[in-house]
Amino acid sequence: MTSQNNARSAQRGTTEAPWIRWTLTGMALAFMFLFLVLPLAAVFTEALRKGWDAYWEALKEPDAWAAIRLTLLTAAVAVPLNLVFGVAAAWCIAKYEFRGKSFLTTLIDLPFSVSPVVAGLIYVLVFGAQGWFGPWLMANDIKIIFAVPGIILATVFVTFPFIARELIPLMQAQGNEEEQAAIVLGATGWQTFWRVTLPNIKWGLIYGVILCNARAMGEFGAVSVVSGHIRGQTNTMPLHVEVLYNEYQSVAAFAVASLLALLALVTLVIKSVVEWRHEREMKAMAELPPEDPHTRQTTATASVAVA
Amino acid sequence: MSGHVASLQGTVPAAGDRARRSSARVLPGFNLTLGYTLLYLSLIVLIPLSALLLKTFTLTWPQFWEAVTAPRVLASYRLTFGASFIAALVNVVFGLLVAWVLVRYPFPGKKIVDALVDLPFALPTAVAGISLTALLAGNGWIGQFFEPYGIQLAFNPNGVVIALIFIGLPFVVRTVQPVLEDAEKELEEAATCLGATRWQTFSRVIIPSIAPALLTGFAMAFARAVGEYGSVIFIAGNMPMVSEITPLIIIGKLEQYDYAGATAVATVMLVISFILLLIINGLQGWQRKRSAGSSQ
Repeated sequence: MTSQNNARSAQRGTTEAPWIRWTLTGMALAFMFLFLVLPLAAVFTEALRKGWDAYWEALKEPDAWAAIRLTLLTAAVAVPLNLVFGVAAAWCIAKYEFRGKSFLTTLIDLPFSVSPVVAGLIYVLVFGAQGWFGPWLMANDIKIIFAVPGIILATVFVTFPFIARELIPLMQAQGNEEEQAAIVLGATGWQTFWRVTLPNIKWGLIYGVILCNARAMGEFGAVSVVSGHIRGQTNTMPLHVEVLYNEYQSVAAFAVASLLALLALVTLVIKSVVEWRHEREMKAMAELPPEDPHTRQTTATASVAVA
Repeated sequence: MSGHVASLQGTVPAAGDRARRSSARVLPGFNLTLGYTLLYLSLIVLIPLSALLLKTFTLTWPQFWEAVTAPRVLASYRLTFGASFIAALVNVVFGLLVAWVLVRYPFPGKKIVDALVDLPFALPTAVAGISLTALLAGNGWIGQFFEPYGIQLAFNPNGVVIALIFIGLPFVVRTVQPVLEDAEKELEEAATCLGATRWQTFSRVIIPSIAPALLTGFAMAFARAVGEYGSVIFIAGNMPMVSEITPLIIIGKLEQYDYAGATAVATVMLVISFILLLIINGLQGWQRKRSAGSSQ
């Protein structure tokens, strides 16, 4: 009884008076509303300012379609490339000990801290007309900068760490025991990866892929440096938004932007579902009863005996 | 299990090494994955970045110095770093508030609010830029309330700060939130039992325990803000000497085919972001040590 009372008073001591709680919650929600909800709402309101017809007209425009196609193509190349890299990097960093491992991890994170504009610039310095391979590329009539390959390269750079970064801590936490068991029982390396590792990391993998995809489709700064802004050819959706906006075609700009905002919302929904799923699985694992009913019985008897 | 595997191989390494060495031998694919990782990292990141540094070395020192200390460039550093610093400070305060409310207080719709915190990660920066501009311009939903008082929120440094607050918010919330979740209530209970007021407990017990996470969040928000381009250029107004950020200086120089100048300024930014990355790594190490120490 006394211990229960003590616990209750301690509980009271570790939380705030209701009015403080409500004030803080209110302030946090007001801040979120001002900084997150309003900008999101503004995109759709501005896009529909002149009604649905103007909205559809803006989206049906050939240049808008070309931008959508280019954005999808860019993500379709960049995400799988970084997916393969992410799995390979996570495997060698999480499963083995070697010298320079933490340095390698830092290098993988590097693209996150480089300004997108600098990311675009470095590819101009390598492949541009003045760059290392510029003259050779020109002689062979290959265009990378101010063309689609440059856009894809810049996108790969800015989304480089996303998947590796999700997988490395996850695989480190899971350890090597299950894979070792599979190998000792005679599985090949590939079988071990597909049947043991992949099912274990699937949520982290999906999580990384959707974040990587959102950034790949939405990247602006890096792509803007290498694209050359040729309408209908080298404008991705974010660049097309900029062009329309600068031409004072507000409705059209926000209409294309609303598609990107929808992409962001879908990303957030998938991300949340993945997190809840993962949490539920972890909880279910923790609550799993001992597998052999016989053992459970004996431990129960044992605990009764001790009591 | 790893002990069993090691004994199968007939080796008896030192206890601490056992798990590591046995795994290195049992699991295949080390050479393949490390080789691929290094190759891809070199092709995509290291070689292009070294192009930037090598290009910088072709400049003479006076050329370099003149490019990175021109008055217009200096003004852009002041704006970029000043606005990023203010935005990161605001994010620390409100990020802590949001994380605190999400972890400690129940309220309806919490899961949705929690999911929404990541919106700035998911929303393309150009979309955030035009949307914030529409909101804050003199005739916008928010701007109209400030216009009569002569306060301009868009097309000047105010707009830059607001855009950078938007961009940096999730960094602070997402670094502080897990630490608050793991924080042991026993410490707070002990402080209360020893007669501390709630405010004393907060400032003397809770704040010190989340300080590393707060600092990490601050550094991450700051680092992201320094390099940010997309969301800022729409709202900044981009007036030279007043509201022109450093990444825009680089773009401007590129558009005038001044590759040397662009490279010089980019190198300064790259060095600064490298330093910030090292600081963040150090802070994260500190935080890991702190949490490992408290759990023992």
